Amino acid sequence: MNAPDLASAGRRNFLRKSALAGGGLVLGFYLNGATNAAEQVAKPSAAPGVEFKPSAFIRIGRDGIVTLISKQPEIGQGIKTSLPAVIAEELEVSWKDVRIVQGDLDPAYGRQSAGGSTSTPTNYDEFRRLGATARAMLVDAAAQTWKVPAAECVAADSAVQHRPTKRRLSYGQLVDKAATLPVPDPKTVALKDPKDFKLLGKRIGGVDNHAVVTGKPLFGIDTKLPGMLYAVYEKSPVFGGKVKRANLDAVKALPGVKDAFVIEGTDDLRGLLPGVAILADSTWAAFSARKQLQVEWDEGRFGGQSWAGFVAQAKELAKKPGTTQLRKDGDVNAALAGAAKTVEAAYTYPFISHASFEPQNCTAWFRDGALELWAPTQNPAAGQDLVAATLGIPKDKIVLHITRSGGGFGRRLSADYIVEAAAIAQRVGAPVKLTWSREDDLRHDHFRAAGFHFLRGGVDAKGKLIAWHNHFVTFANPVIRDGKTTLQTGSGGSLSGDEFPGRWIDNCHLEQTAIECGVPMGPWRAPGSNVFAWVFHSFIDELAHAAGRDPLEFRLEILGDKAIVSGTGERGVPYDVSRMRRVLLDVADKAGWGKKKFPKGQGQGIAFHFSHRGYIAQVAEVTVGKDGSLKLDRVVVSTDIGAQIVNLSGAENQVEGSIVDGLGTLMFPEINIERGRAVQGNFNEYPLIRISDAPAKIEVHFVKTDYPVTGLGEPAFPPLAPAVCNAIFAATGKRVRQLPLSRTDLRWG
Amino acid sequence: MSKYSLAINGQSRSVDVTPDTPLLWVLRDNLDLPGTKFGCGAGHCGACTVHLNGVPTRSCMTPVSTVGRKQVTTIEGLDPQGEHPLQKAWLLLDVPQCGYCQAGQIMTAAALLKENPRPTDEEIDGAMAGNLCRCGTYLRIRAGIHQAAAQLAGGPKKGSK
Repeated sequence: MNAPDLASAGRRNFLRKSALAGGGLVLGFYLNGATNAAEQVAKPSAAPGVEFKPSAFIRIGRDGIVTLISKQPEIGQGIKTSLPAVIAEELEVSWKDVRIVQGDLDPAYGRQSAGGSTSTPTNYDEFRRLGATARAMLVDAAAQTWKVPAAECVAADSAVQHRPTKRRLSYGQLVDKAATLPVPDPKTVALKDPKDFKLLGKRIGGVDNHAVVTGKPLFGIDTKLPGMLYAVYEKSPVFGGKVKRANLDAVKALPGVKDAFVIEGTDDLRGLLPGVAILADSTWAAFSARKQLQVEWDEGRFGGQSWAGFVAQAKELAKKPGTTQLRKDGDVNAALAGAAKTVEAAYTYPFISHASFEPQNCTAWFRDGALELWAPTQNPAAGQDLVAATLGIPKDKIVLHITRSGGGFGRRLSADYIVEAAAIAQRVGAPVKLTWSREDDLRHDHFRAAGFHFLRGGVDAKGKLIAWHNHFVTFANPVIRDGKTTLQTGSGGSLSGDEFPGRWIDNCHLEQTAIECGVPMGPWRAPGSNVFAWVFHSFIDELAHAAGRDPLEFRLEILGDKAIVSGTGERGVPYDVSRMRRVLLDVADKAGWGKKKFPKGQGQGIAFHFSHRGYIAQVAEVTVGKDGSLKLDRVVVSTDIGAQIVNLSGAENQVEGSIVDGLGTLMFPEINIERGRAVQGNFNEYPLIRISDAPAKIEVHFVKTDYPVTGLGEPAFPPLAPAVCNAIFAATGKRVRQLPLSRTDLRWG
Repeated sequence: MSKYSLAINGQSRSVDVTPDTPLLWVLRDNLDLPGTKFGCGAGHCGACTVHLNGVPTRSCMTPVSTVGRKQVTTIEGLDPQGEHPLQKAWLLLDVPQCGYCQAGQIMTAAALLKENPRPTDEEIDGAMAGNLCRCGTYLRIRAGIHQAAAQLAGGPKKGSK
């Protein structure tokens, strides 16, 4: 296949075709939407001669089997099912005729990253056009075969029918003809009217479900290659520590051990950390040998850090002005002085791990200067980039196969485990699978940033919110940029001046100060939002109760009736108040807000949050036992994620999962830091939510609007914790200001 | 190294490993049965659940030397066609998200249904509390067990919230 002409890439989409040996034609359809034009390089086609391949993502064989490429990493969010379904819908192919193949990292596919709930919004329109273009060509092929106008032909169920004569040709029968046709300009191709959708909006089962329930190899950790060695990698328990010496000779003499060596690593806390690799002939031999490994570490400068120290530092910093001023509207101090009621509170949350269920792992094979990788990753290009930059292997010599991931939650946007496997494989003449222990996974995470919010708020005599002050104390890592060390706040550890209720309150002062730490931080499902919603909607609830107002009515008054509140350039995006009001009123209606009488120990709480283009409101109903036990009896969710639910089952599953994850994250996890180390190492110390704690009932409602379709991996998570904590207050009068929940005594009566 | 002859999914399989090797790693590394998953290596999460003579067991905590002639059943051998009522229910209700824990969930649930063919929600929660699901598919797991129980009983389901 010819390389695409990048000079002509100005069109949003462009198509190319070229002749193949054997008489068939391969047509390459390249996306040029949200992707970087420089990445638009031709994918060398391995397609056999007789098939119709109208795009890099679609292949139709003479047998009628339609193979669709899933370009995005599958981490449990269901993208391997939903994006191919978008093509299939427009292609008018029966879902039973579709086979889905996970794509490798390949510039032909455009951007391949599962993060920020972006896979759906950045691909939905393009994928519809992909399917529609291929369908138009198959219709033309049939019309020309019958010598009838294309307008008399209609595609459905993997075939084209000539309506007047009822003649029918299957897609398999049309492949040869279609492959000879010119490619229509995708802009001229008619998309289906969504009311005619047969697949989208229905409940579509996950395409890998059968393999999952029968135990087929799917995940990165299931990778097995001939002659493969099994590796473990021991890193400094103190973040940033380096290897001084290790008992390598003793380890090398242990049963099954093939090699052991030190990797010097780099100073990048999220890159290739220094450590000791052990290679063995089985996972267990490597794990066992590791127990005999003794390493003396140079702990570096973070060995004295502790959570207790951070808490003390935060309290001192809160007394001073923030080092970064995020927003200053009106005069907060004057407004507070004149307020009818004021509330002051500090909210705290810890570092937490992602605890994705499949421990980090990667298989790497270095041969003849080239590297082949098999990785459960959310961001394969980041893996390729980090490996290239760290190990000096050219990017075009690095092939990366994307495996299914046993959970992601943001953890696998980082590529540390990939570069570790690559660095080990670079020194070994065999394929190597690196497997992290659970302890590696929890203690060497790129953690959700901890934080402290020192809040003051005031309401006037009518109970209207008139003043809001937040000094946010957060965390930053030292990073090396252009040879110099600077501080970078952790992912989600930086507050936008536009974050609600910024922009809505006349007297609003937001400021931020970061504590330098060695604890590496990274994106955790709905970064920032996953705790900001808890802090701000809990404090809003405090103010509503101080004002003697109904929490829903109080929130509706804050939101106001302006249709759209524009961003102010402080990272904020326009906020469509009408969309939020709609889901808020919808959830209140569905939950019967304010209409139920609850006995002491039971109550309702409400919260909403806008993130990842999604508008979500939730009502939680809880029972708190006199012994302080919590049961989440019911959650009602109203979501506006645009005009179309792609896969109803997948969407409901994401919301249900977000509610359960939101509850679990509220109740249990914390990573304590002592002597520069993460303390918790396994699930006995770092509990995950169990089935017995899961809510009895989750009701998911989708409010359909005319807005662009967007993703649902993250936005349903943030409102759950504040809705539950506000319900706990309604039930018990106890306000939860510290996470996890186990830090607050909920006993009553 | 020691030689062991194991009865796995109705077949006799031989391995040569150290006696302390957990059954989990024998299955995954030596016998090409990767359906049984490594989650914690300490018996806390249930991802590695297999049946030993029908009893759900943490294979990560079971040294191969202790298995003897016990019948080992893994997710690959739960049903010859992969059509155990639980497997069918999991497909019908689209239970998995990432899917990593689901083999362990199904193995524990299969043992539950043998003991208690029509469990209530509370009984399901009790039996399944040792199987973690990081994605939070618990409501669908409950529903899937009820669905499979109903199919096994050939009647309408009961006990669901």
